Amino acid sequence: MSSFWSAWIIVLTLATLVVLIWLLRWNMKNYTHIEEGQEMDHEFDGIVELNNPLPKWWTYLFWACFVWGFIYLALYPGLGNFNGLLDWKSSNQDVQSLAESRQAMEEAHEKGMIVEYDRAVRAAEEKYGPIFAAFAEQPIEELAKNEDALDVGQRLFLQNCAQCHGSNAMGGQGFPNLTDDDWLYGGEPSNIKTTLREGRQGNMPAFGEQFSDKEINELANYVASLSGRERDADLVEAGKANFAVCSACHGADGKGNQQLGAPNLTDDVWLYGGSINKIEETLTHGRNGVMPKWKNILGEDKIHVISAYVYSLSNDE
Amino acid sequence: MSRFKHEFVEKNLGWLSILMIIAVSIGGLVEITPLLFQNQTNEPIKGLQPYTALELEGRDIYMREGCNNCHSQMIRPFRAETERYGHYSLAGEHVWEFPHLWGSKRTGPDLARVGDRYSDEWHHVHLMNPRNVVPESNMPAFPWLAENKLTGEYTAKKMEVMRTLGVPYEDEDIAGAKEAVQGKTEMEALIAYLQSLGTTLQQADK
Repeated sequence: MSSFWSAWIIVLTLATLVVLIWLLRWNMKNYTHIEEGQEMDHEFDGIVELNNPLPKWWTYLFWACFVWGFIYLALYPGLGNFNGLLDWKSSNQDVQSLAESRQAMEEAHEKGMIVEYDRAVRAAEEKYGPIFAAFAEQPIEELAKNEDALDVGQRLFLQNCAQCHGSNAMGGQGFPNLTDDDWLYGGEPSNIKTTLREGRQGNMPAFGEQFSDKEINELANYVASLSGRERDADLVEAGKANFAVCSACHGADGKGNQQLGAPNLTDDVWLYGGSINKIEETLTHGRNGVMPKWKNILGEDKIHVISAYVYSLSNDE
Repeated sequence: MSRFKHEFVEKNLGWLSILMIIAVSIGGLVEITPLLFQNQTNEPIKGLQPYTALELEGRDIYMREGCNNCHSQMIRPFRAETERYGHYSLAGEHVWEFPHLWGSKRTGPDLARVGDRYSDEWHHVHLMNPRNVVPESNMPAFPWLAENKLTGEYTAKKMEVMRTLGVPYEDEDIAGAKEAVQGKTEMEALIAYLQSLGTTLQQADK
């Protein structure tokens, strides 16, 4: 803050206090020449006013406020650029990026300033840091058997993941069920962790322009037949002819490809619904399911614990 | 009657009003006025971009539907908040907000950093009917957003107004504004706006 605005704040604040003190003292004086408790010289409809002083309790409270105000201004940052004798502030606000925020935290710490927010963060790091560090040393398969880790993981899951995958992790249309053994991008611990860390971008192209409605219907029937459903044999046969386009991602046998996130079409698990209508919709308009990336929001340690929780959901012995 | 008596202001309404206004304004002069001239409150954070035409329209829909009545956009510097929502809000993130949408009540969660947190698809499903993805939710559904189309009639004008308020829009941003939003649904605009919220700070860190 420039010295002008600092002075502006200091002068206005202190001047206000001084003026208020003067005002109080001025009004404690009896300037009416009428003794306290005696009648003033006016009367209205028989109602008279006595010359009473300011109530004592009120006056003392007022004085107490001044004392409190001066002590506060001496200890805490209230007077412009003066930091206060305690060197205390609530948080580092004069920052423009996360890097600057971290730097400000370090600098304040070195200078011995008390930054209330930083103090809370440090206290939490001291308390929870070792717990997460111990979790981080265990491989996910092991961690998935650690009840404490799973409790933490579940809390984090409910806070960050349940919005899409549901509080029971069973997902919904367009949001994968995490409790079954069906994985779009792989269910190994490392796959799960990568998914959480980097996110995923599904890419089922739209075929509405390439194929006619009839061809889409035939394809949908063929796709439905892959998971063993009874469909009209002619439609299935006709659809199969066009499946070559699909096999680039889903494989010639329709078993999918976890490298690409192309779902297995033969297992009767349907992310976007398995009715002919829904399959047609998927074929016509495509699907672009997105798993956001969480590494910047959650950080490695939390991702590790959540990965273990997610892994435990389908690897329950 | 001497002017220098309390009686004087008690009996003179004009002077009483003037002195009251002075007394009441001192708090503002000390706490608000200096902020209007600080770098901290006037300089955008590194990498901050003005809203695109579509995001700006989305922001208007956010206001029209009263999202700010239940959702704040202000993460306070408490650990309990930053654990949940991310880094506390900085003044420099809000220098181009006219009006600001900090809100004062959280029936739903804070949205200051909701951008990139969920997929567009999730926002779509959630706005159509929040209970489809969050069964516990008491947020209203906004299905009409998917039907209403933007005409873009006033988009350029809105951007011009923002520019006079200090938002650094370029001429070509404004020239292409109508085209950028025409035919898009209100849903798309709102989602674009939501996905932009609070992402700058995170991205600038890379």
